[in-house]
Amino acid sequence: MLTMTPKEISERSSLRINPCKTCQPVGAMYAALGVHNCMPHSHGSQGCASYHRTFLSRHFKEPAMASTSSFTEGASVFGGGSNLRTGVKNVFDIYNPDIIAIHTTCLSETIGDDLTAFIQDMDIPEGKYVVHTNTPSYVGSHINGFYNMMSGFINYMAESTGKSNGKTAIFPGFVNPGDIRELKRILKLMKVPFTMFPDQSGIMDAPMTGNYSMYPKGGTTIPEIVGLGDCEKVLALGELTSEEPANILERKCKVPYSLMQLPIGIEATDKFVMELSQITNEEIPYELEEERGQLVDIILDAHFYFHDKKVAIFGDPDTVLGLTRLVLEMGMIPKYVLTGTPGEAFVKLANNLFEQYGVSDCIAKASGDLFELHQWIKNEKVDLLLGTSYGKQIAKAEDIPFVRAGFPILDRYAHSYSPILGYKGALRMVELIAGALMDKQDRDASDEEFEIVM
Amino acid sequence: MTKSLILEERKDFIKFGFEKTGKTAIKCESNSVSGAVSQRACVYCGARVVLNPITDAFHIVHGPIGCASYTWDIRGSLTSGSDLYRNSFSTDLTEQDIVFGGEKKLSAAIDEVVKKHNPKVIFVYATCIVGVIGDDVEAVCRHAEKEHGTRVIPVKSPGFSGNKSYGYKMACNAILELLKPHNDIPKTHGVNILGDFNLAGEMWIIKNYLNEIGIPVISTITGDACYDNIIKAPSARLNLVQCAGSMTYLAKKMEEKMNIPFIKVSFFGIEDTTQSLIRIAEAIGTEENIRKAKQFTQSQTDRLIPMLEKYKSRLEGKKAAIYVGGGFKAISLIRQFNQMGIETVVVGTQTGKPEEYEIITNLVSENAVILDDANPAELEAFMKEKDADILVGGVKERPLAYKLGIAFCDHNHERKHALAGYEGVINFTKEINQSINSPVWDYIKQKTEF
Repeated sequence: MLTMTPKEISERSSLRINPCKTCQPVGAMYAALGVHNCMPHSHGSQGCASYHRTFLSRHFKEPAMASTSSFTEGASVFGGGSNLRTGVKNVFDIYNPDIIAIHTTCLSETIGDDLTAFIQDMDIPEGKYVVHTNTPSYVGSHINGFYNMMSGFINYMAESTGKSNGKTAIFPGFVNPGDIRELKRILKLMKVPFTMFPDQSGIMDAPMTGNYSMYPKGGTTIPEIVGLGDCEKVLALGELTSEEPANILERKCKVPYSLMQLPIGIEATDKFVMELSQITNEEIPYELEEERGQLVDIILDAHFYFHDKKVAIFGDPDTVLGLTRLVLEMGMIPKYVLTGTPGEAFVKLANNLFEQYGVSDCIAKASGDLFELHQWIKNEKVDLLLGTSYGKQIAKAEDIPFVRAGFPILDRYAHSYSPILGYKGALRMVELIAGALMDKQDRDASDEEFEIVM
Repeated sequence: MTKSLILEERKDFIKFGFEKTGKTAIKCESNSVSGAVSQRACVYCGARVVLNPITDAFHIVHGPIGCASYTWDIRGSLTSGSDLYRNSFSTDLTEQDIVFGGEKKLSAAIDEVVKKHNPKVIFVYATCIVGVIGDDVEAVCRHAEKEHGTRVIPVKSPGFSGNKSYGYKMACNAILELLKPHNDIPKTHGVNILGDFNLAGEMWIIKNYLNEIGIPVISTITGDACYDNIIKAPSARLNLVQCAGSMTYLAKKMEEKMNIPFIKVSFFGIEDTTQSLIRIAEAIGTEENIRKAKQFTQSQTDRLIPMLEKYKSRLEGKKAAIYVGGGFKAISLIRQFNQMGIETVVVGTQTGKPEEYEIITNLVSENAVILDDANPAELEAFMKEKDADILVGGVKERPLAYKLGIAFCDHNHERKHALAGYEGVINFTKEINQSINSPVWDYIKQKTEF
C-alpha cells in the first residue's frame, strides 16, 4: 500500500480496494454486547464469529464473547434450523445468559433461514429471551448491523404499558464505552432520568479485578429494554445510525423521538445539552458551562495552528460528520470527507456543513474506500488525516500527521476509554490534533527554528 | 465444579495426562458443537492465512466486504520485496450481486486489476456466499487467465465447507496449481521451506541458519515469497515442513508430483532448532554441512545456556497453559517450557491431529489437561483449576488471560518479535519473564489487601 497507489484516478466499478467499512454482523455483535447478561450468537459459519470477536478484541482490548451455529456443508444445504436449536440450548445450558441475541450472516440469509419461525418453535427457559435480527453482510455496513440489532431488541422486548416511566431513552450510536460514560455524566449533571441503549460501558471497558466474568456489570438491563416502550421520548444520536430503531420504537410503542447529531464538537454538544434542559426545564449547570468555556478557550489559544489547515476525515458516517463539524469549528478545512457505509444522505449532510461554514472545494463521498482517499491526497495533500487505524499507511506514505478516532483502532491503547463526545471529548480531540500538528512541526524544524515554547 | 461446565458432547475432546492413548485417545478433527464459543475460524481463514504472505500476489476476496476487511493486513508476515499483499481487495458483493450472481463483477474486478497493475498472479478466494449462489469461480478464473495471459487461480474456500484445516488444503491446492506448469523443471541442490510465514521476520532467521551450514534455499512457502521465486520450488531436492498442520498435504503432493521428499522440522526452542538443523544437513548435505551444522548449533546453544540460567530462577516452578492452532507448535512449546523449568498444565489446539496429541500426552505430566477445540469457558475453568501462571495463545485468548489475572504470550499472528530459532528462544524467554513478573500483578485487587 505504501507504494502501490497511483496518482491518476481511474474509474473502478467492481473492485473495492482497502475498504472503509466492514460487514453487518460485527455491528450487531457490538450492539448485543451492550446488553446486560446477553450472549451474542452468530448464525453462520464459525469464521464469522471468530473474525468479529477478534476484531472487537483488537479494538477494545477486551474479551468479546459470542457463540456460533457452526455451519457445515449439511446446514448450508438443509438449512440451519437444527444448528440453531442445538446452539441455543447449548448456550443456555453452558453459558447461562439472560438473553441470546442472534444475528444472521450472509450465508444463513442466502439459504433463506427463517429465524422468526425457528425461534417461535423453540423451548426458551422461563424468564429468558431469544431475540434476532437480520444482518446480511452484503447490505450496508457494520453500522446497519448495529442499528438492526437494536431494532431486534426493540421488536422482541419493548413494551408499552400506557404509563410513562418518566425516562428519556438515549440511543448513543456506534461509539466507544468512554463516549457512553461521558453521555451519562452529562445526563446526570442535567438531572435527566434516562435509559442508555445499548450501553457497552462496564462491559467493553471492564476493570481488572483478577476475576473473569463472562457478563460484566454493565449493559442495558432487561427491564430497561422492556421499559423503552414506556419512555417519555427518545434522543436518537447520530442521524445515520439511530433513526431506524427510534422509528421502530415509535411505531411499536408510540414513543416520540428527536433525531440529533452525534454530539461531537461545540455546536452539536450545545444542541444536545439544550435538548436535555428542555426535558427537565432545568438550568444548565455551571460545570458544563465551564467545560464549554474551557474548550473554546483552548481552541482560541491554539487557533493559529488550526486555521485553514486541510484535513481528510474517514470512518463511520456519524462519527465522520461529527469530526467534520468539530474541525470546521476549529477553523480547519475538511478537504476530504469519506465513509465506506453506503447512503447518499451522508454526502448531503456533509455538503450542508461545507455550506454552513462557507468552505469550498471539499469533497464528500459515501461508499468510498481508502485507496481512493489516498489518490485524492496524492493529488492535493492535506495537513492532517483523521480516522481509524487503517489510515496509518497513508499517513506514513504521504508524511501526514495522523490522529486516530472512530472504529476500529487496532494500534493504540486506552482510546476506547476516552471520549470524543461532549465538551470533554472535543477538548481531547483538540489536544490530539494540536499535538499531532506540532509534533510534525518539531520533527521537520531546522535547528534554528526549533523552539521549546510554541 | 469444572466438570459441570463441560457439555456432554465435548467430553471426548478433553483428556488428562494420565489417560494414555489407545482407546481413550482424544477426539479431534471434527466439527465444533453448535452453540459453543469456539476459538476456531473457517475454511476461508485457513486458506487466506496460508496464501496471504505471497507478497506480490493480488488477493481478491470474492464475497461481501467483511471477509476482506477482517483479514486485511493482519498476518504480521514481513516482506523484503513487494508490499502488494498488505492491501485488501474485494468484490464487495451487494444484494443485487447475490440475486443475479457475482460472476460478472468478479470478472470485471480481475480486468480492473490487470489493466492497472499488470500482476503476475491473482488469487481469487471464494467465500461462503459464493458457494451458495453458485458462481463458477473456476470458469471466471480460467477465462481471465486466457484473456490476460496472467495466472488467475481460484481458491475454493467457502467458510462452511469444512474447518480451518480444510482451508489450508485449499490453499495448498492453489499453490500446486501455480506450480503446475513448472513441475518438471530440472532439480538443483537446495531445499524449500514450507510452512513458515515470516511472522516478525522468522523466515529470515531460518534462512540465515541454513546459509550458515551451507544449505541453499530455493523457495519459501509462503513467508516472504514472490511469484518468480515460488515457481522455482519444483527444482528443490528436499522440502522442509515447518507448520505441519498447513503444509504436510502440500509436501506429500510435491513428493508425488515433483519427486521431492520432505522432512518435518521445528524451529521453536533450542532442542527442536538444533535437531532440525542437524537433520536437514544429514538429509541433504555433505559431511562438511553436517559438521558445520553440529558446530553452529553447539555454539548457539553454548551462547544461550548462560542466559537461560539467568532467567531460570525467575521462572522455575511456574505453570503454563498453551492454546494454539496446531499440535506441532504445542509440542515445541511444551519442550521449551520444560527447559525453562515451567510445567505445562493445560494444552489445547484448534486443529491438532491424533498423532500430535499422542506426543503431547507423552510429554506432559499426569495432571495436565489436554483439550481439542476448547472454548473460553473450558480454558477458563481449567486454567483456574490448574492454577496456570501464563497462557500462550492468539489474539482472542489475550484479554481472557489478562482478565483472569494470568500472564500472556502471543504465539500467533500478533507476535512482534521472532520466536523462532535461537534468537526466538531469547525473545520467548524474555517475553515470558516480562509477562509473568510484571509489576502490574501486584496491583490486582484480589492479590492486594486493603
